[in-house]
Amino acid sequence: MPGAIHAEGLVKTFGDVRALDGVDLDVPEGTVLGLLGPNGAGKTTAVRVLTTLLRPDSGTATVAGIDVLRKPNEVRRSIGLSGQFAAVDEYLTGRENLQMVGQLYQMSARDAKARAGVLLDRFNLADAADRTAKTYSGGMRRRLDLAAALVVSPPVMFMDEPTTGLDPRNRQQLWDVIEDLVAGGTTLLLTTQYLEEADRLANDICVIDHGKVIARGTSDELKARTGGERVEVVVHRPDEIERARSVLTSLGKGEVTVVRLSRKLTAPVSGGAKLLAEIIRDLDAQGVEIDDIALRRPTLDDVFLSLTGHAAEADANEEKEETR
Amino acid sequence: MSTTTKDAPVLAPRPSGGVVQSVKDSLVVAKRNLIRMARIPEMVIFGLIQPIMFVVLFTYVFGGSISIGGSTDPQLYKEFLMAGIFAQTVTFATAGAGAGIADDMHKGLIDRFRSLPMARGAVLTGRTLADLVQTTLTLVVLAGVALLVGWRTHENLGKVIGGFLLLLLLGYAFSWIGALIGLSVRTPEAATSGGLIWLFPLTFISNAFVPVNNMPTFLQHIAEWNPFSATVAGARELFGNTMPGVPKSVTGAWPMEHPVLASVLWSILIIVVFRTLAVRKYRSATA
Repeated sequence: MPGAIHAEGLVKTFGDVRALDGVDLDVPEGTVLGLLGPNGAGKTTAVRVLTTLLRPDSGTATVAGIDVLRKPNEVRRSIGLSGQFAAVDEYLTGRENLQMVGQLYQMSARDAKARAGVLLDRFNLADAADRTAKTYSGGMRRRLDLAAALVVSPPVMFMDEPTTGLDPRNRQQLWDVIEDLVAGGTTLLLTTQYLEEADRLANDICVIDHGKVIARGTSDELKARTGGERVEVVVHRPDEIERARSVLTSLGKGEVTVVRLSRKLTAPVSGGAKLLAEIIRDLDAQGVEIDDIALRRPTLDDVFLSLTGHAAEADANEEKEETR
Repeated sequence: MSTTTKDAPVLAPRPSGGVVQSVKDSLVVAKRNLIRMARIPEMVIFGLIQPIMFVVLFTYVFGGSISIGGSTDPQLYKEFLMAGIFAQTVTFATAGAGAGIADDMHKGLIDRFRSLPMARGAVLTGRTLADLVQTTLTLVVLAGVALLVGWRTHENLGKVIGGFLLLLLLGYAFSWIGALIGLSVRTPEAATSGGLIWLFPLTFISNAFVPVNNMPTFLQHIAEWNPFSATVAGARELFGNTMPGVPKSVTGAWPMEHPVLASVLWSILIIVVFRTLAVRKYRSATA
């Protein structure tokens, strides 16, 4: 049986950029899928297609069992969307924002008002309810945006980078809210660049890059695929990279990844601290001066790096413009 | 888990669809835009400064030099001028609608609206209706200033009101052009300048500020077929501000012979064309 969100072969091109290049997704009811990828990977495009904002060139999708392409208005009744920006009207108060959204979900003015009150309490915005959203902090705006996405209790929620730009405390708060929501049975598709976020919130993770799903599985499965421990070396001078690479190639047990700009080399290893000592000795013998060396267990960041060949948040700013 | 999730699921009522829902959704959006306007009064006030300045400058600076039907009596020019300034003012609603909608796109609000089960055209209709309210207020203030500097009407109240309705209809039509501009550009700043620049040739190559008879012939044709001129001539006629020495038409253009009807037809045509284009654009809008 297809999941609450199901997509097959989604393709969307903008000019000669294939933003989605044959994406298949399936999110079983009541679970969370983390859609992970760098900016420009196609995450937002996927969300826009699934939330009826954008028609794909080809492919099919259903949300809550409803065909996204044939019955977009039916789908809209069953989803909540919290986009990349806190999409609230800053000259309206928190209460007015939620009432407006309620009425546009076709609730009566009275029901929309009552619902706004409930949500303002639930999202700790009751004290600020009658102030314009302009006066809200970034975290409060995010919470208001999320509340707007929950004006009806949508069985399926989409959140596009919900915590981008939030400080750690506000991020933590938002995560609590999202966990609450999922505990209540909502199916959630979440896009993020923060691997920690996917690790914490998602049952399943889909890694997407250049419009293609390049890996999927649980966070543990993906980590296991990347292998065990890794050693990370930062050499002092760029011309030492090649020598360090040959040391790591002979002592490690897999391909060495190099980030030239930060002069950082990463290699999968096994052997723990004893091997680390050996690597340091060999590097020293080769005359390689090191700024930093560490033994690390895999994180989702490593998974990402090994899958895409670039770090999750690197180059994010340059690519941002292209996706707009 | 927290008890906050225990509230009963709230379901979205089934959309009624059709005209009723369209009107309801449009009014919800219009209310939102009116609240915004009330909270940013400087926008309304700045919108008033330019036309008031024009009323004063044209009246006192050009007033004695422009010949109306062979006479440079400043009183004649005042009466000739006001319909033109009123009409130019209502067309500036274009920039307001454009900037507002571009801003909504920029801030992700259009995405939010488009993900809701609301009537497709309501976001734009709501905006243009709110602009119509603002234009009405602006016209009331401007008419007051015009009376102060000596503008007078010479027809019954019904006709005068008719003249203002003609102007408001033109303003409403132009805010749909603004809506399309707002959806087509990337920033509110671009929408403001993109909404204004072309209004200057449009409003000056017309009968608004000087009679067309002294223009080169090819401009006379453009001016007399200009939709804007039809409204100016129509309002002038309904205010009783037509000048004895100024012919209705120089080129014999049909809209100048029947300005009131032509103005209504032009405005309706603009609404139909630009509403269709704007709503289509809205459906595929991408921030």
